[in-house]
Amino acid sequence: MLVVLVRRLANIVPTLAAVIAVIFLLFSVLPGSFISAMNEDGRTSIDPAVMERMRKEMGLDDPLLERFAKYVAHTATGDLGTSFRTKEPVTKLVGTRLWPSLKLVFAAMAFAIAIGVPLGFIAALRPGSVVDTISMVGAISGLSLSQFWLGLMLMYLFALKLQWLPSFGYGDGGLRYLTLPALALGVGPMALLARTTRAAVLEVLNADFVRTARSKGMSERRVVEWHVLRNALVLVVTTIGLQFGSLMGAAVVVEKLFSWPGVGSLLVDSVFQRDIPTVQGCILLIVMFFLVINTLVDMAYVAIDPRIRYR
Amino acid sequence: MRILVWSALAAFALLGVGIADAQQAQAPRKGGTIRMTGPYAASFGSLDPHVTPRAQDQIVNQAIHRPLYTWDTANNKLALELATDVKTSADGFTYTYKLRNDVYFHNGRKMTADDIIWSYTRIMDGAKGYPGARYIRVIKGATEVEKGAAKEISGLKKIDDSTLEITLTDRVEPGYYLFAGTTAILPREEVEKGNFAANPVGLGPFKFKEHIPGSRVVAERFDKFYKPGKPYADKVEVLLMAEAAARDVAFRNKEIDTSILGPAQYVAYRADPELSKGILEVAEMFTRSIIFNHDVKPFGDKRVRQAINYAIDTDLIIKRLVKDKAYRATSWLPPSSEAFDKTVKPYPFDQAKAKKLLAEAGLPNGFEWELTTSQNESWGLPIVEAIIPMLAKVGIKVKPKLVEATVLTEILMKGDHDSLIISSLTGPDSLAVLRAFYSKTPRTAGHYTNYSNPEFDKLLDAAAQEGDTGKRNDLLRQANNLLFDDAPVWFFNYNKAVLAYQPWIHGLQANPTEITHQYPEDVWVDTRSPAK
Repeated sequence: MLVVLVRRLANIVPTLAAVIAVIFLLFSVLPGSFISAMNEDGRTSIDPAVMERMRKEMGLDDPLLERFAKYVAHTATGDLGTSFRTKEPVTKLVGTRLWPSLKLVFAAMAFAIAIGVPLGFIAALRPGSVVDTISMVGAISGLSLSQFWLGLMLMYLFALKLQWLPSFGYGDGGLRYLTLPALALGVGPMALLARTTRAAVLEVLNADFVRTARSKGMSERRVVEWHVLRNALVLVVTTIGLQFGSLMGAAVVVEKLFSWPGVGSLLVDSVFQRDIPTVQGCILLIVMFFLVINTLVDMAYVAIDPRIRYR
Repeated sequence: MRILVWSALAAFALLGVGIADAQQAQAPRKGGTIRMTGPYAASFGSLDPHVTPRAQDQIVNQAIHRPLYTWDTANNKLALELATDVKTSADGFTYTYKLRNDVYFHNGRKMTADDIIWSYTRIMDGAKGYPGARYIRVIKGATEVEKGAAKEISGLKKIDDSTLEITLTDRVEPGYYLFAGTTAILPREEVEKGNFAANPVGLGPFKFKEHIPGSRVVAERFDKFYKPGKPYADKVEVLLMAEAAARDVAFRNKEIDTSILGPAQYVAYRADPELSKGILEVAEMFTRSIIFNHDVKPFGDKRVRQAINYAIDTDLIIKRLVKDKAYRATSWLPPSSEAFDKTVKPYPFDQAKAKKLLAEAGLPNGFEWELTTSQNESWGLPIVEAIIPMLAKVGIKVKPKLVEATVLTEILMKGDHDSLIISSLTGPDSLAVLRAFYSKTPRTAGHYTNYSNPEFDKLLDAAAQEGDTGKRNDLLRQANNLLFDDAPVWFFNYNKAVLAYQPWIHGLQANPTEITHQYPEDVWVDTRSPAK
């Protein structure tokens, strides 16, 4: 297990290096700058002399290679630079957004797993039944819905019509404020998990070793508990891991819609305002989250099925 | 038509005043929470007002900080905020301010002339590039500090703690420069503690309480605020809500007290019998236009530019696409400018005349040009798509070039455009605004058309030298009218800013500089407010 962990962690380093290079180059060639973005659709006019000074102060006029070298050197020491916009260290800025993002992602994933996995399981055990049909129609709908539209509908229903929950904001960060954004974010992964679980369970149910177990007279309950569950779990865990990892990035739309103060809304704002150090910090965090979750998933494979070994 | 347009404008103006009057008619209630929204982005830039020029940040700064001047919305003019009186020298260059002696920072210390001098000197720190430097530069000696050649601004002189003398470089109205939020007066000792943006201390009616980045800023009533009996509310919350659809739900759900409306929501709110009772409108100081680059042929020819103004059915676009959430532009300066001429007619929709002008310009078959645009719903791609077929009818072929709004200014400054559709800030300083068409103004300083007319320059020079406000406005009016006739741009519209408000909130003002920039000390909520 330790060897697996060390190998996976070693793989993270080149991945991160590649991501850093891509992010830097991408935002170097992108038109517009933080200074031109300060014009705010014509709402503000910026003095050219100030613009020139700001460009100098921010190092935007330095040669590309020099900027890249500085960026890599600073990033290697954990210094992600200073936000153009707020003049605060990016690590601090992103750090304040991390906890709300994690809360949202964990809540969304908890919802997705709690509903999606049992739903897929039940559907697979009764293929072609009413339960199967309804759950799969629901799953396909969940996959097709846009987060934005779904979020608005949830606001409309639970806030405006039923008056059960607030429609937006962070409030005290509690469940009342977390529920709607978590639902909006979690429905997509829930639907995917339901479908994946169903497919995985069906495949295992038709496998030779299950048929053998049944022919030996093993009860259906024991077949499911001993053979089906564990074997189907590898695919389910893979899906959970991939969904979990990508959820922080996918939360961008939901965070903006619900005014949730996570990394996603910071990223969107920073992109529009060309606050490049903050954009780089946010993307780096999202990528790292994805890599860490994937590493944990790899570890989980070994725990679930000891036959799995990495070379 | 002209009468109709101006009747409509007058009606809207009266509507604004009427609403304000109705709101003031009741006795203000002490207490409660004002819940405003920050609609322009999903976060605040900074709570240090010197660092940020953004409209969104100014919503908060208006509650916490104060500059020397303010905009008096009721009288549509500048007013002293931190001083009780100002005397101007005979040459019109030196202003002596008698400062209020009841102004305190939130840390309890009384404001003196030293604070103004220190704040303006800080803004001129050339190494920092503070956005307010453009305004303070009008003070004699400020540029030297900016360049590092001096440590003190020579044009700032403390007579005593409550008397300050400011000497200017030009004969201009200093209020236009010193009312900007980026020139707010700050306490040195608090700024020098470091991390000021996280713990801002100001002179405003509310003191900072809490900032949850990406969510909200909360400020509480400051009991030593210098306006007797104000502020009324116990607390003000500025809630970040960048998504218009979500804002709409929150407003209908009574979770927020005010909401800025876009064209689609404007139509829906006007049609709703209840929501239509709470709409505040004002012609903001933003002019939307297509900026022609006169260096690119054939835009150097006035007849071609005029032809485009004649060939587009502007009223139809405003009605159908902008949903009447705009006022037809009849000049570069907006209606709130004292130099605005209410008698000027807009260019009528007359394609025959457009064709004639094009033929006279040697372009009987029209021409082809590239129009750079953003996605903006009120002055971007939808508008460009509407004018393409209109111009095609007079032989002009438009090729739209879509870019992100963020890069528009950069394109204009480089001159990398045939033409570009944009919204420009056109107030409140009419002289400064018209300098965007002065031939000696560099492109990087806003002269994006490269328009040149010696007669216009002469009028502007004369206005800059004129000490009498009335006469100066006459000169600026003439310049503005000349500009309209020369059509350096396609004159589209002035933004009609629309703020929806709940029935329990009072004291809101139709601020033409930016409707979201309310004066929270004047705002109060009655007992119907669900926020306690």
